[in-house]
Amino acid sequence: MTIEELIENFAFLDSWEDKYRYIIDLGEKMPSLSADKKTDEWLVKGCQSQVWLIPCKSNDIISFQGDSDAMIVKGLIAIVLLIYNNKSPSEIKAVAVDDIFAKLGLKEHLSPSRRNGLEAMIAKIRHYADIL
Amino acid sequence: MYDVDAIRKDFPILALKINGCPNTFLDSAASAQKPKVVIDKMNEMYLHEYSNVHRGSYLLSEEITSAFEEARNTVQKFLNAKSSSEIVFTRSATESINLVAASWGRKFLKSGDEVLISEAEHHANLVTWQVLRDEIGFKLNICRVNDDGSFDMEDFSRKLTPNTKLVAITGMSNVLGTIFPLQEIIPLAHAKGAKVLVDACQLAVHQSLDVQALDCDFLAFSGHKTYGPTGIGVLYGKYELLDAMPPYQCGGDMVDVVTYEHTTFDPPPARFEAGTPAIVEAIGLAEALKYMMSLGLDNITSHENELTAYTIAKLSSIDGLRQIGTAKGKGGVFSFVVDGIHPQDLAFILDKEGVAIRVGHHCAAPLVQRMGYSSVARASLGLYTTKEDIDILVRAINKAKTFF
Ligand SMILES: Cc1ncc(COP(=O)(O)O)c(C=O)c1O
Repeated sequence: MTIEELIENFAFLDSWEDKYRYIIDLGEKMPSLSADKKTDEWLVKGCQSQVWLIPCKSNDIISFQGDSDAMIVKGLIAIVLLIYNNKSPSEIKAVAVDDIFAKLGLKEHLSPSRRNGLEAMIAKIRHYADIL
Repeated sequence: MYDVDAIRKDFPILALKINGCPNTFLDSAASAQKPKVVIDKMNEMYLHEYSNVHRGSYLLSEEITSAFEEARNTVQKFLNAKSSSEIVFTRSATESINLVAASWGRKFLKSGDEVLISEAEHHANLVTWQVLRDEIGFKLNICRVNDDGSFDMEDFSRKLTPNTKLVAITGMSNVLGTIFPLQEIIPLAHAKGAKVLVDACQLAVHQSLDVQALDCDFLAFSGHKTYGPTGIGVLYGKYELLDAMPPYQCGGDMVDVVTYEHTTFDPPPARFEAGTPAIVEAIGLAEALKYMMSLGLDNITSHENELTAYTIAKLSSIDGLRQIGTAKGKGGVFSFVVDGIHPQDLAFILDKEGVAIRVGHHCAAPLVQRMGYSSVARASLGLYTTKEDIDILVRAINKAKTFF
C-alpha cells in the first residue's frame, strides 16, 4: 500500500471509531520487532508508551523497522513508516508529514504535547537522514 | 446538603463539550479546574486593583498589599497555622520542597545524617533529596508501601533511626490514593528527633488540614490543585524553624538593611519571598481556599468518600481491570490497567469519548515500577465529580475493550 492509497482508504472512514479500528489493524499487521531488538539503543524516548525505531541504509536508501507496546501507537508508526520508508535522505527531508497527517485527520497525534512518541520518532527519522 | 449539580455550575469549563461529548474531567489530581469566583477575582484585580506589593507610597499599592497579606491570612486559616508569618508563598509545591532542601537542608543536614522518605513519593519529594544527598553525603532511606499500596508502618519504624534528621513524606499518594497515617508517623518521627515535611499536594485537595494538630514541621501544597491558579504554592513552616533558615533566593523585598558590604535579611516569611511575588495568583489561591471552606472541607470529603466507594465498586465490575492501590480508606485517585490494552491506547479512546484521564508514570516512576508496571492509567476525582462522570468512564472503558 502507498500513502496515497491509505489516504484514499481513510476518506471512506467517517467515524473516529472506524479510523481507530483501521489504525489498530495496521498496527496488528505490522511485524513486531523481536525482543532482542527492543533495546535502549533503538528506544525513542516517548513519555506514555515505548517506541522503537531501527534504521537500515543501503545504496542511499533508508528503510526503517518500528514497534510500540501500544497498539494505536504501533498503527500510527505503520503510517509513519509508509510515509518515510525506502526514501533517500533528501526525500525524507522533503516530506511534508504534517500535511499528510492533516489529510488523514490525525493531526492531533503529531502534537508534541501528546507525548505519544510519534513526534519524537519523526524527529529521529530526520536525524538518521542527516547522519546515515 | 452538598448539591454537586449546583456546584458544577461554578466551574464554567465543565459545561464544555469535548469531541462532541460531555466534558468528563477525571484528571483533577494533575490539576483541578477553577471556579468562576477565582477567575473573576483575578480579573478584577488586574482590571481595577493592580500594582506591585510592598511599595506602599500610593493607594493602589497599599490596597493590593493588604489583599496579598489577607491572602496569607486565608492560607493560615485553611491550614490552621498559628501565625500568618508561617506561610511562605512559593511558585508550587515543588518549589516549596526545594526551598526546604536548599535552605533548611543545606544548613542542618550533614554527612552521617539520614533522611527518610517513602516509596510513594512524587519525583518532587524524591529527586530533590537524591540531589541534596549527592551534595552533602547524608543517607537517603526509603520506607516501603505494601502491595495494596498501604503504608508499611513496621518498615517505617525500622528505618526511622536516631540519625534520621528529616522525614519527608506524602500525605496522600498521587498514584495509589493511599492516605498515609500522618497522625502516627509524625509523633514517631519527633520521638527520634526528626523533623517532618509533609507533601500535602494531594491531601490538601480532599481533607481539612490542621498543621497544629498534626504538629508537622513543614507542609507543602500547590494552588493549582486546590482549585486555584497555577504559579502559586505554599510552604508552611513552624516559625522557629523558618527563622533559623537562611534565604533561599536573594533579591528585592526580602532584605532589612543593605549596604555594599553587607545585608541583613527580613524575618520570615518575607525572607523567603525574594523579588516580586505572584501577587494576583496568591489572591486567586485565597479565593479558591475560601471557596473550598465555604462548601466545607468535611462536606467535600464526605462527597468524595461516597464517590470513591462508588468508583471502586464500578471499576471492580469491569472484567480484566486491575486497580493499583486498594488500601483501606484511600482517597479519590484510581490507578488501573486493563488486560490487553496499553494505557496509552485506552487514553486515546477515552479522549474521543470526552473522558480525560492521565497515563504514564505520573511523576512517580519508581513507585509505578515497584507496583509492577511501567505505565498505568489514572482517573482522579475533584469536588465537582459526579457518579455520572464515573458511569461515563466505565462505559468508555468497556467500549475501549471492544477495539482490542
Ligand atoms: C503528591 C505530589 N507532590 C508534588 C507534586 C508537585 O506539584 P507541582 O507540580 O504543582 O509543584 C504533585 C503534583 O503532581 C503531587 O501529586
